[in-house]
Amino acid sequence: MSPGGTHNSEFILKGFPASPGIAIGRAYLYTKRVPVVEEWSLCDGEIEEEIERLMHAIAKSEKELNKILSFARQKLGEAKAKIFEAQLMILHDPYLNDAFAKRIRSEKKNAEYIVSTEVEKYQKLMLAAHDEYMHERAHDVEDLKNRIVRNLQEEKLISRLEGSPVIVSDRLTPADTMILSRNEILGYATNLGGITSHAALLARSLKLPAVVGLGDATARIATGDSVILDGYAGVLVVHPTGKRIEEYEAKRERFVQFEAKLTGLRDLPAKTLDGHTVELAANLEFEEEIDLIRFQGAHGVGLYRTESLLMGRDSFPSEDEQYANYKKIADRIYPHTLIMRTFDIGGDKVELQSIEEANPFLGWRGIRVFLDRPELFLNQLCAMLRASTRKNIAIMFPMVTSVGELRKAKEYLDQAKADLRGRKLRFDEKLRIGVMIEVPSAALMAEDIAREVDFLSIGTNDLVQYLLAVDRGNSIVSKLYQQFHPAVVRTLKHIIDAGHKQGKWVGVCGEIAGDPLATILLLGMGLDEFSVIPAFLPEIKKIIRTVAYQKAQHVAKTVLTLSTAEEIEAHLASAMHTMCPEIPLPRDTMDKEFQ
Amino acid sequence: MVEREIVIKNRAGLHTRPAATLVKTAAKFKADFFIYKDGLEINGKSIIGVMTLAAEQGARLVLRFEGEDEEEAANAVTELFERGFDEM
Repeated sequence: MSPGGTHNSEFILKGFPASPGIAIGRAYLYTKRVPVVEEWSLCDGEIEEEIERLMHAIAKSEKELNKILSFARQKLGEAKAKIFEAQLMILHDPYLNDAFAKRIRSEKKNAEYIVSTEVEKYQKLMLAAHDEYMHERAHDVEDLKNRIVRNLQEEKLISRLEGSPVIVSDRLTPADTMILSRNEILGYATNLGGITSHAALLARSLKLPAVVGLGDATARIATGDSVILDGYAGVLVVHPTGKRIEEYEAKRERFVQFEAKLTGLRDLPAKTLDGHTVELAANLEFEEEIDLIRFQGAHGVGLYRTESLLMGRDSFPSEDEQYANYKKIADRIYPHTLIMRTFDIGGDKVELQSIEEANPFLGWRGIRVFLDRPELFLNQLCAMLRASTRKNIAIMFPMVTSVGELRKAKEYLDQAKADLRGRKLRFDEKLRIGVMIEVPSAALMAEDIAREVDFLSIGTNDLVQYLLAVDRGNSIVSKLYQQFHPAVVRTLKHIIDAGHKQGKWVGVCGEIAGDPLATILLLGMGLDEFSVIPAFLPEIKKIIRTVAYQKAQHVAKTVLTLSTAEEIEAHLASAMHTMCPEIPLPRDTMDKEFQ
Repeated sequence: MVEREIVIKNRAGLHTRPAATLVKTAAKFKADFFIYKDGLEINGKSIIGVMTLAAEQGARLVLRFEGEDEEEAANAVTELFERGFDEM
């Protein structure tokens, strides 16, 4: 820093890209202040006034929560808004409110003090429970307590922000994300959180750039600092130089122009110059994304992550509740296909039971959970089957490691079908099934697996982690997570060939399908289906429509002979420059510089 | 006074939704309603209290009702537990 602190030198924080886009602006440090609670005594004449003041604060808190609730319902749907409903129920608890009033009268203490100590009693009991679920409830109660105390202190909730800032925070809770997204904000940057965290998903739905996992960003940035948020490369540039801002303005302009050109592609097929057509489908997480998927030019869904149904709840949804959701989505996707993955719980995903495992990624997750809990599995299979009456649903199983597991899963599917027949309920008798290939053993056994299903879908995110023995959430080794490692590329080729030998189609629903650098390679290796998050759809379609299948095959052939990830990336980048020069590659400027 | 002993049957225990159903049902009656578990006394008409119970599947609870309609209240609440809050 120069003398006087008027000029700060540029520095760069590296995180994970969570939602694409570039934001150039001022930071707003969003920190959740825990209100300081003071204790003081009241004179007799002040007591009724104090109770009045408390009732006023509770009414204000209720108004705030109702706003959050209705906003959450619009954006997330009924089921996921339930967390806020629980907070409202507590706020309305007449016994709790009575206890507040009684204690103010008997102890003659101020409302802040009474509310805090009364709610803390329950919080302590919840935290003593040694149960993840109860700990989360304790946080909800804490949130509620702080809300009431804040309203007693008549501090405004900072939900209206000045200008349009880039939000920098430790982490964003669902409530924060909802409130903040009502403002004109440019993007989100958080210390913690994975690319599948709630805030990240919401940012993608809102088409705002986001970078997560930035470490100590909040400690190094102050409100008002000039920042550049690069949601493509996953970096946050703080105090950028004038030259850097110019570079980024140009980069943003290129992307904006490019995106404008892409809108014309919406209704065109994903077909190469020489007439080879592939299926371009979307990954779907929330029902609210369906319109976006259409707008971005996909028709079918290659992966519906049904776990989104479990968010913010504490028990499995009933068969009827699941059926209602699946049916609604299947109808909206009709006549195109909706590929539904059975609940993939465990690993880093939703956990209903908190089970301590030394290695959760090698533990109880995916199909393993369901084969041990057949009643839950049958519940979901019945719901999916019932939603299949228009014949546009396919089911796939996650984390399959052997043909034996697949056969067991199929037995349960038959059992679910028999159950529905017994209940005289209709379903698609020829419902297609597939397996997610995301474990090396399944990759090696791909042909045997393909023989017993209708399709294979490669989940590259986990496959790369398991093949390379790298946890990409672990920052010490995450740079070893290489999507273009030759072992990964050759494994993909092996799976695609195995599927084709059995006459089955093969898709990719992992992140690599949405990476423009990988498109020519995947196409050239003969991939039949790309399933991509909605934001990346137009770009991938553009690349497919710009290249010739024959040339892509040639590129793939060369890539399969290369021995390092660096050589492969360089070869693909140069192929991109020659074959589709107008496609801006996000990693062109940033990645090489900062990795 | 009416006292009943019950065992939680539904898989997820007394989490938010069953807790809400329980409180709503109890509120329909005039009788006071207390729940006892591991030496803890909880007002069964208070949602925050019931949520604090952390009563999982298989847990034993003692329910105590006192008031003019205690018998009806006890029957209605016990039935909820027996049906597993319609979540089984």
